[in-house]
Amino acid sequence: MELQDIIKPENKIYERPHLLLDVNTHYCPGCSHGVVHKLIAEVIAELGLEDCAVGVAPVGCAVFAYNYIDIDWIEAAHGRAPAIATAASRLWPENVVFTYQGDGDLAAIGTAETIHAANRGEDIVIVFINNAIYGMTGGQMAPTTLLGQKTATTPYGRRADLNGYPLKISDILAGLDGTCYVTRQTVHTPAAVRKTKAALKKAFLNAKAKHGTSVVEVVSTCNSGWKMSPADSNKWMQEHMTAKYPLGDLKDIENAHIQ
Amino acid sequence: MVKISGAVTVDRDRCKGCELCVVACPTDTLLLQPKEVNDRGYHYAFMAHPEKCIGCGSCALVCPDACIEVYRVVEK
Repeated sequence: MELQDIIKPENKIYERPHLLLDVNTHYCPGCSHGVVHKLIAEVIAELGLEDCAVGVAPVGCAVFAYNYIDIDWIEAAHGRAPAIATAASRLWPENVVFTYQGDGDLAAIGTAETIHAANRGEDIVIVFINNAIYGMTGGQMAPTTLLGQKTATTPYGRRADLNGYPLKISDILAGLDGTCYVTRQTVHTPAAVRKTKAALKKAFLNAKAKHGTSVVEVVSTCNSGWKMSPADSNKWMQEHMTAKYPLGDLKDIENAHIQ
Repeated sequence: MVKISGAVTVDRDRCKGCELCVVACPTDTLLLQPKEVNDRGYHYAFMAHPEKCIGCGSCALVCPDACIEVYRVVEK
C-alpha cells in the first residue's frame, strides 16, 4: 500500500492527547517527564476528569507542568505539594487532586508533607518521578541517588559513610495505613509505558472513589544529569536503578479507610 | 493472509531527536535525519523504511514529546 492510502484520518490509531497543549516542552530530549505528562493527559481524558482534575505542580524540572496539560493547576512551594493537595481535596471534595513531584521535591525537602499526607490517607494521587538526581539545578546528589553514583556534589560516587543510603520512600509510604495503592513503574519501553498508564488509571480511580492515598513512583532517567544519551540512560536505569528500586506493586488494597 | 500496513507521521518541529523511537521500533523503520535539522537544530526522526512499518505504535508510546501519530490498515 502507498503511504497516502495509509495516512488517512480513519486509519489513525494513535494521536497526541488533546489535553496536551500545543506548546513545546522545555524538557531535555528524551526526558521521562514528557512520557509521564502524556500518560496523565491520556488517563484524565479517558476517565472523563477534564473538568474536575486539579494538579499540584512541584518545584524542579516539572515546575512548568501547568503550561503543558490543559487542566486546573496549583503551584506549590518546594516539597509542599501534598499539603496543598490536602487542602484542595478537602475543600473541593468533588475534585480529583493529584501531585506531580520529583525525588528532590518529594523525598528530600518535602519528606514530612509526603509522609503525613499519606499517613492521613488524603484522597489524592502522588505521582513521583524518581531519577536519582536533582536535574533542574545541575545534577546534584538527591536522597535517592544510588551508592557509587557520580553526581555534581559526589564526584567520586555516593558513599554510605558520608552521604547515607538511597531513600526508598515508596516502601516507607507503602507501610503507612493511609495509602491504598503504592506502585513502582518505569517508562523506558513500550510495555513499561502501558503498565504505567494502567497504574495511573488505577490511582486516579482510587482518588475519585476516595479510597485513600495512591502513590505511583516512576523510576525515570535524567540523561543530562547522568551525562549519557537518552538510549544509554534508559539502559543504565534498567541495569542499576531497578536493582535498588524493584518494580511492581508494593501495596494494593481495596480501601485504606476501612481497616 | 492478513496483511498489516502501518505508517507514522512525525511532527518535525516538535521532535527533539532523542532517538528513543528509533530504539523502540521493532522493525527498524525509523531513523534520525543524518544531516537535516528542524527549526530548533535537532536531527528529527523520519520513516527511513516506510515499507517495514506495521503500525504497532511503540514509537508513539515512548515518545516524550508526543510528536508521533500512528496509522494502520489491516487488509484481509
